[in-house]
Amino acid sequence: MSSKKDWPLWEVFIRSRQGMSHKHAGSLHAADAEMAITNARDVYTRRQEGASIWVVPSDQITASTPEDKEMMFDPANDKIYRHPTFYNLPDELEHM
Amino acid sequence: MENINLLERFDAYVAANKKIEPKDWMPDAYRKTLIRQISQHAHSEIVGMLPEGNWITRAPSLKRKAILLAKVQDEAGHGLYLYSAAETLGIDRDELIQQLHDGRAKYSSIFNYPTLTWADMGAIGWLVDGAAIMNQVPLCKCSYGPYARAMVRVCKEESFHQRQGYEIMMTLANGTPEQKQMAQDSLNRWWWPALMMFGPADDNSPNSERSMRWKIKLFSNDELRQRMVDMTVPQAEMLGLTIPDPDLKYKEETGHYDFGEIQWEEFYNVIKGNGPCNKQRIATRKKAYDDGAWVREAANAHAEKKAKRKTKAA
Ligand SMILES: [Fe+2]
Ligand SMILES: [Fe+2]
Repeated sequence: MSSKKDWPLWEVFIRSRQGMSHKHAGSLHAADAEMAITNARDVYTRRQEGASIWVVPSDQITASTPEDKEMMFDPANDKIYRHPTFYNLPDELEHM
Repeated sequence: MENINLLERFDAYVAANKKIEPKDWMPDAYRKTLIRQISQHAHSEIVGMLPEGNWITRAPSLKRKAILLAKVQDEAGHGLYLYSAAETLGIDRDELIQQLHDGRAKYSSIFNYPTLTWADMGAIGWLVDGAAIMNQVPLCKCSYGPYARAMVRVCKEESFHQRQGYEIMMTLANGTPEQKQMAQDSLNRWWWPALMMFGPADDNSPNSERSMRWKIKLFSNDELRQRMVDMTVPQAEMLGLTIPDPDLKYKEETGHYDFGEIQWEEFYNVIKGNGPCNKQRIATRKKAYDDGAWVREAANAHAEKKAKRKTKAA
């Protein structure tokens, strides 16, 4: 018998159809990966929402911390020259 | 000092309609209130399966049985989406379930009423799921990301619940006089409890203001209740059924229906645990949980054995 009463938590990612990437759908509890896939089928794809499922133990995910948000993402703020609209070109110019 | 700063930022953030995600700083009271609200909601989905589960084996046709099974299965799914959302706030599923079982947590009072006839499957879908939709659609825009996302999934699925219920009512209302009477009787029993689902009157709902500021409640109880009445009256007329309220009257000036006084005594009595089915519902939940204990343990043991075999092989 296991010491842990509750089954571990898994994050579920679903590919809605061939050609799309897997997208986070939610989480669920399951004893192992196999059961997590089966449960994910029942919980998240009752209406043909899925063509493929990934499950990942929640405690295996490393996330950036919210406190670092500014440090991580603000440097991109002042680099508007990375966007095509930054460049002033004549209206007559076509196909660009 | 630090906290005041964080709190100001949080308030401004929420006021600007931005979303809070699990790891973001949030006031303790926000976290606690959300855990209570989301878990209450989850418990309601789970306990809500029981009154309908009562009729799965007695559905009048294979088609109705398949539909009812699918609906009840959806409600289980809703419960699971919501438990997951609650867990992102740092509480264990097991703890939430214990809270339900020992009476510390509440669920919607509507599920403490019995389902006496097949027509109740119609009335529940039409009115109870209808009221749930009214409550839940605004929550798709609430301030807590995981809750809002769970609500989007739930609302997508609820529409079929209400429509299948209305269709049952329609079939009965167009059937024999006895069948029509059965539908009327069911409407008579579910109407008032369905209106109570929106909670106490606004002047009796002390935490509403704070929850609305936090955007985890988007409209007041009375606002939503009025919407429910306005929406449902024409639907009842279309069925040729009568809403059991002698004071119900359309007011040209306001464009809304006036309706009679709600029996709040009954509401508080059911919440306190004295509704017709409170004890039975919790006893059924507990039994299902306890009877399933060996399955949970066996699955754990199996998973451990498999994991060991895998490390040995490697
Ligand atoms: Fe539901
Ligand atoms: Fe529903």
